[in-house]
Amino acid sequence: MHESMVAQSLLNTICAEAAKQNGRPILAKVSCGTFNALNDDILGMAFEAISKGTVCEETRLEIKHKPIRAKCRHCQAEFDFQIANPTCGQCNSDKFELLPDAPLLLDEIEFEIG
Amino acid sequence: MNKRVQVGKKILSANEEYAQRNRQLLSQQKKVCLNMISSPGSGKTSILARTVGELKDKMGIGVIEGDIQTELDAERIRTAGAVAVQINTEGACHLSAAQVNTALHKLPLEKLDLIIIENVGNLVCPSAFELGEDGKIAVLSVAEGDDKPVKYPALFSKSKVLLINKIDLLDSGALVDFDVDKVKADARKLNEQIEIFCISAKTGKGMNDWYDWLVHVAKIRT
Repeated sequence: MHESMVAQSLLNTICAEAAKQNGRPILAKVSCGTFNALNDDILGMAFEAISKGTVCEETRLEIKHKPIRAKCRHCQAEFDFQIANPTCGQCNSDKFELLPDAPLLLDEIEFEIG
Repeated sequence: MNKRVQVGKKILSANEEYAQRNRQLLSQQKKVCLNMISSPGSGKTSILARTVGELKDKMGIGVIEGDIQTELDAERIRTAGAVAVQINTEGACHLSAAQVNTALHKLPLEKLDLIIIENVGNLVCPSAFELGEDGKIAVLSVAEGDDKPVKYPALFSKSKVLLINKIDLLDSGALVDFDVDKVKADARKLNEQIEIFCISAKTGKGMNDWYDWLVHVAKIRT
């Protein structure tokens, strides 16, 4: 369950930023690629558990999953890769290259100030 | 009043910093490192024990063993003739780059040509954590079923090699539903460059092609 490690890293970063901003974090936006294998419910539970008693106790996590992108070798179009139907949406070719998965990022924190 | 702060920070940056340290250490020492990943029971340790036993006169291989508990796998590797360091993750589902950094410092790197990391048995989490390796090796045994590349695409899309193990079961007439051609085609859809070897760590079938690949790869930095 690597969500616990992700939750701990998020907590550390948000707490550090909260001290800098002198505010209460109310929303943290996270994004990741599909291959990061991150489960929203488990991450949410892990974050809730470890944030108790910290400034992040009521911070809500918003997690955006980005699709895997692929580039067609036939027509060069980029498209969202779907494992059930791995073909180019433009030309139907099944010759493609998978592009690097989106990284696991803490994109934005919303603070309540004052 | 609310304020939005753009952060844009990699959440696993602490792991990535250690992975970078490992890359630097391996590069300075001119060593090649591979990260072996599979489900539990696919035969990773059996493959490594046979490999180090049969290649020990040709090259120095060091093994980093990752397991939730016990030193059993490291002992099997030592018995087979190679130096091994055991990491117990105490429940964690993958090895971290920091754990591998500690283990690398326990290995006699100057005497080795190649370091192979046997990750914790798990087809999901280990593929999300870079360890500073030069490549990943995916292992899939025929008893696990031929749908794994489609169900766990992350590992197969990132691996340099796929070892299809326990191929002797198919030859023996055992009731195993496993279509080798389907697995090869599915893996290559995800990763055109992947090298695929059908092997049996038990009988030795197909192992020579895998050894040739390893010997070739181990020379990349020398």
